[in-house]
Amino acid sequence: MTSAASDHGAFSSPRARGLLRRRVVSVIMIVLTCVAAALAVVPLVVILAYLFKQGASALSFGFFTHMPKPVGEVGGGMANAILGTLILIGLAAAFGLPIGIGAGLYLAEHRGTRLANLVRFLADVLNGLPSIVMGIFAWQFLVKPFGHFSALAGGAALGAMMIPLVSRTTEEMVRTVPQALREAALALGYPRWRTSLQIVLRTALGGIVTGVLVAVARVAGETAPLLFTAFGNSFWSTNLRQPIAALPLQIFTYAISPYDDWHAQAWAGALVLIGLVLVISVTARFVTRARHGGGHG
Amino acid sequence: MSAPVTSPDAGALRQGGTIDVEQFSFWYGKTQALFDIDLAIAPREVTALIGPSGCGKSTFLRSINRLNELIPGARRTGVIRLDGEDIYQKGMDVVTLRQRVGMVFQRWNPFPKSIYDNVAYGPRINARPRPADLDVIVESSLRRAALWDEVKDRLGASALALSGGQQQRLCIARALANDPEVLLLDEPASALDPIATQKVEELVYELKRELTIVIVTHNLQQAARISDRTAFFYLGKLIEVGGTQRLFTSPSEERTEAYITGRFG
Repeated sequence: MTSAASDHGAFSSPRARGLLRRRVVSVIMIVLTCVAAALAVVPLVVILAYLFKQGASALSFGFFTHMPKPVGEVGGGMANAILGTLILIGLAAAFGLPIGIGAGLYLAEHRGTRLANLVRFLADVLNGLPSIVMGIFAWQFLVKPFGHFSALAGGAALGAMMIPLVSRTTEEMVRTVPQALREAALALGYPRWRTSLQIVLRTALGGIVTGVLVAVARVAGETAPLLFTAFGNSFWSTNLRQPIAALPLQIFTYAISPYDDWHAQAWAGALVLIGLVLVISVTARFVTRARHGGGHG
Repeated sequence: MSAPVTSPDAGALRQGGTIDVEQFSFWYGKTQALFDIDLAIAPREVTALIGPSGCGKSTFLRSINRLNELIPGARRTGVIRLDGEDIYQKGMDVVTLRQRVGMVFQRWNPFPKSIYDNVAYGPRINARPRPADLDVIVESSLRRAALWDEVKDRLGASALALSGGQQQRLCIARALANDPEVLLLDEPASALDPIATQKVEELVYELKRELTIVIVTHNLQQAARISDRTAFFYLGKLIEVGGTQRLFTSPSEERTEAYITGRFG
């Protein structure tokens, strides 16, 4: 009876001790991963909370509609910077999307060829390129020859950053289009280019739109490529060949200034910028969900 | 099930649709899939291609509209003639060829568009008819595919809302809208239920009055029911070809007999 009792005793036999150790290790690991997961979210939560606390006070309706005021004057907004950022995003999309989508389509439809592998590799390199380098590049070829900063140069720098992001998503999405659909169009006498554009691209469109919005959100907050391309502008300007204001630049300028009311403005600008990116991201999610929920794609 | 076949552009008077194959061989990379095929396919007949899986039937079928050449590493020798014209010659436009030689696949593959748009797809870029004429083509194609009565009230509905059998007949209508001389069918009924299969078979029987039909099938009864001539493929070679009744009742090759009596395959 005693031996039986010791066998069934919880932690006395070697087997039971092994079990206990496994359980302890398991609990420790679970706790550690939970802590890591929590820590991963902490920066975002802290940033958002602090931004809201600092920025909300300076944020008003006038912030969206008024121009910046000189130091010491009350009020004023960032209407020019908000408009500038929207214009820059539009330019970036105009430069980056056709090239990015076209390249992605080529990569997917001609996969396996040596050129496709090379292009994919170079796109990955481009994706890893520091954004300040992209700015220097744009300055060298689009600012220096013309003698002045311009919205066009800023848009081109941002557009170049979008290319690898968009081409990679496009390639992934185009690959999911069933071969049977391609063959159906080809067998009807469709030329290959037309099959790619009308059948393949259109079928993959939902996914591509999502990728595009993610890329837009990504470049909307870029500062470095704009420092010596778009440069910034304290006045209302829609001239694409002149320097233009942008939210990230305005935030940068205000944040490094010594004036308290400019600091508050910088916080408010950051809040608006995050809101802009958030709206784009949520739209992207919504589009994706609509695609998956809307039946066949 | 015999919907009225009213087709203003049906090829009742057309003489085309003869296929002549001479010494045709085909490779996927280093693997040879077809060996020296010699075959004459007569117009307005149904020719069935039978044989075990992997014997080259589908490869052969896809060689007739040059769909195979998209596969990297594909290579071929020999000649396939459509109405006396070498389809692999330099001057042959592959787009025109595929309009003359329509194809329907094993797994129906309508575009994720409306029923009308699916049928109008080919004519829209090939013949480029006026909208009123396009309506006529769509209706006649759907009638020829025996689908008109089932879909005439919902031409704008998504093609993907149709049943499998209807989708397959829509794919046939889509091919017919180009007014082809030859229709290639790659196991068109193998994924359909018996009723839908019967409809497709009746359709093939109707359509052979107007065009040349080449059908790949794993179903020997189906080959016997609907084809005029049967070609037996085995390991990439054409073993035997002849009138369907003759081939099924008194095959001259031992391997043909072994296959049709179910000893292998």
